[in-house]
Amino acid sequence: MKNILTVENVYKNYGNFTALNNVSIAVPEGSIFGLLGPNGAGKTSLIRIINQITLPDSGHIFLDGEKLKQNHIKDIGYLPEERGLYKSMKVGEQALYLAQLKGMSKIEAKKKLLYWFDKFEIRDWWNKKIQELSKGMAQKVQFIVTVMHEPKLLIFDEPFSGFDPINANLIKDEILKLRDDGASIIFSTHRMESVEEMCDYIALINKSNKILDGKLSDIKHQFKENKFEVGLLSTNKEDLYNQIRSKFSVENSVSNSFNADLRLLVSLKENETSTDLIRFLNSKAQITHFTEIIPSANDIFLKAVATNE
Amino acid sequence: MNKLKLIIRREFYAKVKNKSFIVMTILSPLLMVGLVALIIFLNDKNSEEVRTIAFVDESHEFSTTFADSNTTKYIDLTALGIEEAKIKANEFYYGLLYIPKSDSLSVLSKGIAFYSKDAPSLNLLNSIENKLEKKIRNLKIEQLHIDVSKIKATETVVNIATENFIGEKSSKIGSVLRMAAGGGFGYLIFMFIIIYGTSVMRSVIEEKTSRIIEIIISSVKPFELMLGKIIGNALAGILQFIIWMIIGGAILFTVTLFFGSDAVQSTNAMPITPDVVQQVQETTGNNLQLVLQEIKNLPILTMFFSFIIYFLGGYLIYSSIYAAIGAAVDSETDTQQFMMPVLMPLVIAIYVGFSVIENPHGPIALGFSLFPLTSPIVMLMRIPFGVPWWQIAISMVLLIITFVAIVWFAAKIYRVGILMYGKKPTYKELYKWLKY
Repeated sequence: MKNILTVENVYKNYGNFTALNNVSIAVPEGSIFGLLGPNGAGKTSLIRIINQITLPDSGHIFLDGEKLKQNHIKDIGYLPEERGLYKSMKVGEQALYLAQLKGMSKIEAKKKLLYWFDKFEIRDWWNKKIQELSKGMAQKVQFIVTVMHEPKLLIFDEPFSGFDPINANLIKDEILKLRDDGASIIFSTHRMESVEEMCDYIALINKSNKILDGKLSDIKHQFKENKFEVGLLSTNKEDLYNQIRSKFSVENSVSNSFNADLRLLVSLKENETSTDLIRFLNSKAQITHFTEIIPSANDIFLKAVATNE
Repeated sequence: MNKLKLIIRREFYAKVKNKSFIVMTILSPLLMVGLVALIIFLNDKNSEEVRTIAFVDESHEFSTTFADSNTTKYIDLTALGIEEAKIKANEFYYGLLYIPKSDSLSVLSKGIAFYSKDAPSLNLLNSIENKLEKKIRNLKIEQLHIDVSKIKATETVVNIATENFIGEKSSKIGSVLRMAAGGGFGYLIFMFIIIYGTSVMRSVIEEKTSRIIEIIISSVKPFELMLGKIIGNALAGILQFIIWMIIGGAILFTVTLFFGSDAVQSTNAMPITPDVVQQVQETTGNNLQLVLQEIKNLPILTMFFSFIIYFLGGYLIYSSIYAAIGAAVDSETDTQQFMMPVLMPLVIAIYVGFSVIENPHGPIALGFSLFPLTSPIVMLMRIPFGVPWWQIAISMVLLIITFVAIVWFAAKIYRVGILMYGKKPTYKELYKWLKY
């Protein structure tokens, strides 16, 4: 698959502080790529380098196969985490200005803006000043400004902060729609449930180093621990529990079951398969529940960072 | 380039559409004119008060010396005697002048005294002293039997015509003109740098605090943004100055049209005798041509071009420093620490400038007109007095080198600073930023 963005062996130092240490990532075209990491890991430094706000000390970046250059500014849309607008400038005027800075013509920009303003039902804000809008309203304008020039690559840094759940959902749907329309998206956030929902690929950066990257489903596969949650219906739960414990390693499950069945977390060893477990359980009691435990993005994040420390 | 134009346009409109800018643009000249009008009015009121001075002239020589004027009246109380006159004057008059009787005019002049409730006005005393001196001088001339008309014939008004060795004529009026031209230009640059440099700094801080900065610089280079800001603010400033000149000119024109002669005369609180008027007319009549001549003599072309270069150089140097300061801090209250070293050379330049007018070619004048942080002001003040071309050349070369260096440094600090939030940086940290 073609990569829209390739970052190769990037180093960045600020004085004695290393912000990025030999970081390489590849963002496949048409995907949502989660850029994850604890605070201060180096995500923003990397994003700023991709946006040509700062230059890397060494390393190469390619956008759509070409070496990153000034002209690529129009191909990237960036919603920074620290964002704002000119407070005393009118919404429409300001959006036009920012669109023109991205290289759009005034006429083209106005057409696009009206489309988005209608879509978000905010057309009557055109002549309002930003300081008259609420934070969430300003965020909507900000989102439009980021996407209106239809860039190949969109970078969202914490896009949902400042939105209520309804509008966060609206924005989420728009981001997914942009991906379906062919845009590639880099998505940096601490909200793991949205990573789970939206990201196709992820990269994890910790303390200036990339410690993990790949397709989210592959990574999950890689991080799963051969653990199964099972539910069993039995008249003598204690006896059953002891029988299973003699054969497999077992923890009590945290989740409460609907009917009063026995819920257990069973970890299999390398030489054991799920078939073995099912066969064994089936011979002992009626199975009401059987799921493999897939680690959440959150678990992976915590585990990967902890191993890296 | 196109983006730079966009930024300049935005910065210009953001500044010009600002309410405080509009208010300042319209109000400032009105305020200035109002202030001048107030001063004239108060002066007028002040001089409308008529003072009555009583005098006791025991020598009986001075009764005709004191003629009443618009503001001062004289009453002869010689008949009452000094003691009674004192009591009466204390009650009714501004003061009492006492002239004793004596055979010797020198002794007499030492015995003259003035009594008043409050300390008398200096102007009044000077005027009385002048009158007395003139009279006593005439009396002495009479005593010595010298023909007064002969003495008159010896009086001449001297106006030294100075000329330099290559034959250019100059005069005192020329010097005044040079001071005004040089001082005016220098001061203009000083004011412009302070007003619009600060405005550049505010605009940078605004972008930082509103957090739009990262969005902008993901579209344009920080250097372009800084440059656009500096140029946009300068254009707004030039517009403001032009409007001020137009409004000021219009008001001045109207004022002179309606109250012209009146206002001008009332500022002359001193009593004007026909004698003085004639003298003044004579000198100004002669001098009007001299003034025109002097204006022609000024190195106008040099002044004009050097004004443009020093104005641009000075403004660009200082405003990029201001921009860097704005980028380094989070709020305007944090700027104090960095403002001092910036204001220092400007203030020094103005002070040095005034001493330069006294001695335009001394070593201090030379030094400060070459030093690039002060040269825009000091050199401009010197140029009307004639500066060798090589000095101007060196000064301009230094200015341009400094300009390039400072803009480069400022751009580096700006580039890093705009993305830094939180702690106010120290000078050491600023130095580190240069290496990022």
